[in-house]
Amino acid sequence: MLSRTAANLYWTGRYIERADFLARLLEATGRLSALPSTYGGDPTAWGGALAAAGVDDIYNGLHDEISEAAVVSFLTMSPDNPSSVRGCVERARSNARAVRTGLTREAWESLNSAWHEVLRLQALDASKTEIREFTEAVQRAVATFDGAAQRTMLRDDAFWFLQLGAAVERADNTARLLDVKYHLLLPRDEPVGGSLDYFQWSTILRTVSALTAYRWVYRDAVKPWLVADLLIFNDRMPRSLTCCYDTIVELLDYLASGSGRRGPAHRQAAQVQLGLREGDVKAIFSSGLHEFVEQFIVDNNKLGLAIAEQFAF
Amino acid sequence: MATPFDEMNGWSGEAPREAYAQVKAWLDAAPGELLQTRRAQAELLFRRTGITFNVYGDPGGSERLIPFDIVPRVITTKEWAHIERGLVQRVEALNSLLADLYGAQEILKAGIIPEELVTLNPQHQLAVMGHQPSKGVFVHVAGVDLVRTGPDDFYVLEDNARTPSGVSYMLENREMMLRLFPELVARSGVAPVETYTDMLLETLRSVAPSGPEREPTIVVLTPGPFNSAFYEHSFLADKMGVELVEGADLFVRDNLVYMRTTEGPKRVHVIYRRIDDAFLDPLFFRPDSTLGVPGLLAAYLAGNVALANAVGTGVADDKAMYSYMPEVIRFYSGQEPILANVPTWRCREDDHLAYVLDHLPELVVKEVDGSGGYGMLVGPHATKAQIDEFAAKLRAAPQGFIAQPTLALSTCPTLHDGKLEPRHVDLRPFVLTGADGVRVTPGGLTRVALTPGSLVVNSSQGGGTKDTWVSGF
Repeated sequence: MLSRTAANLYWTGRYIERADFLARLLEATGRLSALPSTYGGDPTAWGGALAAAGVDDIYNGLHDEISEAAVVSFLTMSPDNPSSVRGCVERARSNARAVRTGLTREAWESLNSAWHEVLRLQALDASKTEIREFTEAVQRAVATFDGAAQRTMLRDDAFWFLQLGAAVERADNTARLLDVKYHLLLPRDEPVGGSLDYFQWSTILRTVSALTAYRWVYRDAVKPWLVADLLIFNDRMPRSLTCCYDTIVELLDYLASGSGRRGPAHRQAAQVQLGLREGDVKAIFSSGLHEFVEQFIVDNNKLGLAIAEQFAF
Repeated sequence: MATPFDEMNGWSGEAPREAYAQVKAWLDAAPGELLQTRRAQAELLFRRTGITFNVYGDPGGSERLIPFDIVPRVITTKEWAHIERGLVQRVEALNSLLADLYGAQEILKAGIIPEELVTLNPQHQLAVMGHQPSKGVFVHVAGVDLVRTGPDDFYVLEDNARTPSGVSYMLENREMMLRLFPELVARSGVAPVETYTDMLLETLRSVAPSGPEREPTIVVLTPGPFNSAFYEHSFLADKMGVELVEGADLFVRDNLVYMRTTEGPKRVHVIYRRIDDAFLDPLFFRPDSTLGVPGLLAAYLAGNVALANAVGTGVADDKAMYSYMPEVIRFYSGQEPILANVPTWRCREDDHLAYVLDHLPELVVKEVDGSGGYGMLVGPHATKAQIDEFAAKLRAAPQGFIAQPTLALSTCPTLHDGKLEPRHVDLRPFVLTGADGVRVTPGGLTRVALTPGSLVVNSSQGGGTKDTWVSGF
């Protein structure tokens, strides 16, 4: 496959995944900030959302204060924010348009429709657009794209690069969410009868659509260390770091199956996977959750560079 | 001007033509709002698929839909048989002409064509003089523009022998009609067009340079997503199952062309290029071109890669050369042209220029190397000021222009505000030439001028398209 085509597909996968993450983040943050503070409602929730989206610096450079309306607009449509939902869908589409031949008609059309849907919602009066309508439309569009890709694309390089971009981005998103919220997950003495932080924890789970999954896996009340365990180590939870790296290693193996050639991306991914496979929550809490997550983000970025190097993007 | 010939209704006052019996019956029975609904559906589907073209010099929306009209243009199988024979003859003559102009130049020696028409033509590429392309084919893909003025009067308006576009609309328009009007298509016995991309692939494969490889690697070379025809480039690559490459994806080493892939360099044998000669290779042509591939021409001259179309075909399809095509056909085939030329005044000749200047209000004047409907004067529709301005341009550089009578192009019923109105149409059939012969897809792209009375059908000038049916059992 052409290196440029591979790069376009990889970034299509990444931007679609990011759009999906942002939509979930907006939805979960909206819930959290709507709660009265006596129930754990958090007036700083929108600031946390900016940080988790990795755009707090850009936002703070343009705004004096953090208000729900300003953050929502910034994360959804603002032309000042290259990583807005709109920006992600637009870039996913322009990457896909440059490699129309790499996608099936069904996959391309679903992405093209998503772009037109975003344009339509943008044209509505922003203050009146229900944020929920917007985030659901984006999630639906992403699911439609994934479904179209799954059902119609050949299982070859094009499909694998698309999935690879999605997996690398997903790992990054989960790690950044953990990075912003890590202090809430640290073990400490719990008051009997639940904690106000419950809503913070459940927000984290909602952002990665794992609240129900949590209950199935642990059959327990939401406890911070178990939330960390689920998001980092549970290999059946699609947005956990471990699951992302299992997927990444598998995809890189597929990509090497034709030529038999392995390179820096394979080595970097295998190394991170090994670290995750051998780690556990206890060890991470004793050595520092924050340090662990920061190192993971650095390693994941390294993988991105190794992929670009190996496949001559 | 008298009422022009209408594809469905014939001359004014005549009974509807036999070819349109099914379509006419359907249109008569269909309620007006159904036509509007179908039209809206078509637009929605085209937009969802992203069948768009980019308009140069339009800062607003850079992606636009070409308006699609749901009333098909119908040609009978008998009419088509005549057109097809004429097209094969014409494209064979174009290939003979190019082989000659870049070879022995017999036609110049025989005095059929003035020498300076070739030697002073910027499209005559000296770099490939004496080079015979792989399997001797120059024009692999031709789009010959035809117009009609009466039941049996078809004229060739232009030979597009460089990188003619529009074939994706021919194919997509048919898909749209099959979707919107499946029964009508079935009832009308419409010859299928969907084999075009298979034939194109066969054509390209047939001209691959001989070598040890069992299967040649074929690519489509595009200038990129900002080109007006990018959709078509990606469409064709997709339908043929070959890579769509940009210049930067290719490189030349030891006169061999490779593409950069995730598994290292891969040799390329045939390039269906959709960029002009001038941009192909910055080492030979425009040094500022970032669209091309340095060293590509050397690889081509070494016979290691086939380019479709070949380098230098522009010398055969400019509008000055066009006026000699009847003589060209006679010279190489010894036959009379089956399809007529539109009478043409060559402004480079003094008596022709004088006539043209005297008759500007009734003529169409075109740049000899222009395309896309840019830079032309349609006399009957021009203001006095526009005519004066054009006359000055003509006097300054007469060799750059030809003039033709304003033809009464046929019209075809076209949906406008829920009603059918006549609009002028032309026809661009696509002709493929491979090592193994010439193939013509039955039909082509019908372009329609959507403005009442307008004769300019180019999509860049607001023209639309129709599906073209070669119909009859």
